[in-house]
Amino acid sequence: MLTAAIWPSLDYSRVPYRLYHDPEAYQREQEGVFRGPTWNFLGLEAEIPNPGDFRTTYVGDTPVIVNRDANGTIHALVNRCAHRGAMVRREMSGNASEHTCIYHQWCYGLDGRLHSIPFRRGIRGKGGLDPGFDMAAHGLRKLQVGSVNGALFGTLADDVEPLEDYLGPPVLAQLRRLFERPVTILGYNRQRIRANWKLYAENTRDNYHASLLHEFLVTFGLDRSTQVGGVKMDARHRHNITWAEAESDTAELAQEAYGAAQVRSNYLSLKEPELVRFRRERADALNIAITSVFPSAVFVQISNSLAVRQIRPRGVDEVEIFQTMLGYADDPPDLTLHRLRQANLVGPAGLVSMEDGEAIEIAHRGSKPDCEDTTVIELGGAGVISDRDYRVTDVPLRGFWSYYAELLGIEPAGAVR
Amino acid sequence: MTVGVAGGSASDRHALYDLFAAYGALIDAADFDAWLALFAATCTYHIMPQENYQQGLPAALVYCDSRGMLEDRIRALREANKYNIHTDRHLIGLPRLIGADGDAKLVEVPFAVCQTDQEGETRLFATGLYRDRVVVEAGGLKFRDKLVLLDTFAVPSLLATPL
Repeated sequence: MLTAAIWPSLDYSRVPYRLYHDPEAYQREQEGVFRGPTWNFLGLEAEIPNPGDFRTTYVGDTPVIVNRDANGTIHALVNRCAHRGAMVRREMSGNASEHTCIYHQWCYGLDGRLHSIPFRRGIRGKGGLDPGFDMAAHGLRKLQVGSVNGALFGTLADDVEPLEDYLGPPVLAQLRRLFERPVTILGYNRQRIRANWKLYAENTRDNYHASLLHEFLVTFGLDRSTQVGGVKMDARHRHNITWAEAESDTAELAQEAYGAAQVRSNYLSLKEPELVRFRRERADALNIAITSVFPSAVFVQISNSLAVRQIRPRGVDEVEIFQTMLGYADDPPDLTLHRLRQANLVGPAGLVSMEDGEAIEIAHRGSKPDCEDTTVIELGGAGVISDRDYRVTDVPLRGFWSYYAELLGIEPAGAVR
Repeated sequence: MTVGVAGGSASDRHALYDLFAAYGALIDAADFDAWLALFAATCTYHIMPQENYQQGLPAALVYCDSRGMLEDRIRALREANKYNIHTDRHLIGLPRLIGADGDAKLVEVPFAVCQTDQEGETRLFATGLYRDRVVVEAGGLKFRDKLVLLDTFAVPSLLATPL
């Protein structure tokens, strides 16, 4: 039984490996985190532009349909027939006027209401359902849905703070920045990593690893820890923005900080340096903005590549990273091409992201045998959880665990938040 | 039933077999310089998830629309990227000539790639279809455009070495 006693410290600078491996933790996360008072990324309005358009997705393990009804209203429905629990929609995406379960053809409207049941009255007065059967009580379960400029979030909880309050001003500002204009979908990519989902959630909040693990960043001059940057969180420290500004350091500073052996000064030595060239698109100078929204969404700008990642737990030992690559609907063709080229940087084959798959797999494998041992999370100091205006830090990981502990009901008395 | 074949003499066919046999063997031997030499001086190389291809979406997992980008990829693989330590085994099917585009032959070839880790465990890593434009250049067959259509678009772990 997981209890608050699991934590060796009150600042989450030590996390027991057990939390990545224990099936009980996984089950309690499904209840406390994914079906708890959180807002989960569902997809984009741009993916279902027309009445009847639907996509299927997940909130934790729960299968979900997101669709637009004839009036243009967006609904999110648990993809599970009220009759026998079968998934009603089997396709990834499509257009439909209703959702019919193939098993016994129970038929639901796009708002989730149960429309019809075959042989409801039986045949020649025999069989069928009792006359008192309540159709209205047997629809598809509805999620509350919220949107930030077309980025859709849903929650399975009845009692939850409004989406904008949940995100908080810094994250809200980042999402409004990313979705300031209508987006277009450039494509999808998927990756199955043999590691617990929380190792990936931590990875996206870990500024410390970026230029060490992803050597491409430094070797080819895309990003260095010496650039002006840092981490910024919401008031509850459950979300995080990892940010950096382009051209905000000097080669001399980088040499001094990394040591001559580490910076190989191959800047712009690529045959096609456009791959790493940042085209400034806005008044701000941000060329790295990675916004992690608790529990399972990551909004990514790396140079001019734009994406949303959905972290989909697939059991305690596996996670799917489902990434949607974005551009803007009004991008000129040369900018679309630039984004498609810079998509080489991210995803399962990404020049600055492929390493994450390996790093969290070895962390998962290495930690499994000794579940009572712990990680060390102290870069940027232990104790208080707060924003940092420097990059060699992993403080936001402690914010993640703090909120996680609260949701699982294992927050120790006197713990930092 | 007769199967229509565009421009396929027996010697053309044998040359194609040799090209694809070399293609897989050189990746599996991690001989990437020799592998790059199988591409034309002007070439493209894309690894595209079937999911995107079928929906007409342009984003690829690997998007090299010039020889320079492909060479940069290989250089990054050698100098910067870290990935699961493994060996690859390409199992490449029979080339199917499907037509011509100017001086290029259009060829479709199914493939599978298995990966073996350091402890000798092998797993199926990917299946897919090469959809290539092949030309004669400097007296030999070369890839002008290589499109790797990836069936296994839920990429296991990560994708580092070429398919």
